[in-house]
Amino acid sequence: MAAGVTLAGGSGAAYARIMGVGAYRPRRVVPNSELVEAIDSSDEWIQQRSGIKERRWAADDETVEMMSVEAAREALAAAGIDARQVDCVVVATVSHMLNLPSAATAIAHRLGTEQAAAFDVAAACAGFCHGVALASDMVRGGSARHVLVIGVERLSDMTDPTDRGTAFIFADGAGAVVVGPSETPAIGPVVWGSDGEQYDLIRQKADWRDVVASDSPSFPFMAMQGAAVFRWASFAMAKTAQQAVDRAGIRVEDLDVFVPHQANMRITDAMARAMKLPEHVRIARDIAEQGNTSAASIPMALARMVADGEARSGDLALLVAFGAGLSYAAQVVVVP
Amino acid sequence: MATTEEIRTDLADIVNEVAGIPVEDVQLDKSFVDDLDVDSLSMVEVVVACEEKFGVTIPDDEVKNLKTVGDAVSFIEKNQA
Repeated sequence: MAAGVTLAGGSGAAYARIMGVGAYRPRRVVPNSELVEAIDSSDEWIQQRSGIKERRWAADDETVEMMSVEAAREALAAAGIDARQVDCVVVATVSHMLNLPSAATAIAHRLGTEQAAAFDVAAACAGFCHGVALASDMVRGGSARHVLVIGVERLSDMTDPTDRGTAFIFADGAGAVVVGPSETPAIGPVVWGSDGEQYDLIRQKADWRDVVASDSPSFPFMAMQGAAVFRWASFAMAKTAQQAVDRAGIRVEDLDVFVPHQANMRITDAMARAMKLPEHVRIARDIAEQGNTSAASIPMALARMVADGEARSGDLALLVAFGAGLSYAAQVVVVP
Repeated sequence: MATTEEIRTDLADIVNEVAGIPVEDVQLDKSFVDDLDVDSLSMVEVVVACEEKFGVTIPDDEVKNLKTVGDAVSFIEKNQA
């Protein structure tokens, strides 16, 4: 660098906040009764082990892009932001079936952004909270003023309908938030990480190259070691969630809303017990009607709580997301 | 060192808290699954609570061997420091 030449430093907002939330729920409701025959199970068995009564599966026209655009439009409207004001689109997903390009660029285009930066985040069920952390840092670092964070999945494409461990769990949908500047802190510090030693607990069964080389190719569905995942999610993640509360400088008593990744109602209940969440904290239970929608579950659950008046503007909400990788992220946010 | 009966009593409290089973039903000869209706996910919660209460490590591979309350109590007795 020549003498006397210096780069301009970026400057962003003092703080960031979630400005609006939106969701898209596929039209088709799939009750447990439609699934039980293929897995030799019952409605009662499924509800007891997961709290899931029904889920939604996307039709052919309800693509990753379409669901994302619908959820994002709702979030933009709630935030009072025009798509042209969006500088970056972050899409958390594992079920966009093209390795390239990313889902985000087409979504950014369809929304009508002015060539916003756009990329996907592959952090499985933890993807949405990763996206919120990135968005908050972008807004504060000056890389973007308004960021759309979308969580979207079509897990019905990736789930083996005959696998007793997963067939009734996974589902489809999209949720989105707009993250923008704030004069006061409204997205707490993220607590995140990964545990690659447990890489095999939740994964696609086979590498695509092996699938293609096979004499009788079949879709490499997801596989999950349920009991081990339950143990990790219920207990290790309760500690991560507690750390996010500590990092935010508050106490669990200060929380109004708890929105964990909607993995399994039993995990949500075990986490709440392990954290000793006070009775007044309202807990997201979107999974009962929505199933586990991976990266989409937290914004979808939050959107429902906002719509139902269970989460009110200014409430403190604890978000904690965890999944394949294993990867995890948690933060406390102010409800828009 | 805790006695067998002390461990059984503490374990009964844990099973009661996790799965709502009356403490008097949690006897050494009872099967978690068949007699007490403790399903696999509740069993994970019981195991984690036992690890904290008794200071033992119960690996996932070991959990399937703990079929009865007696199996769990003797595992805890053997592995308690």
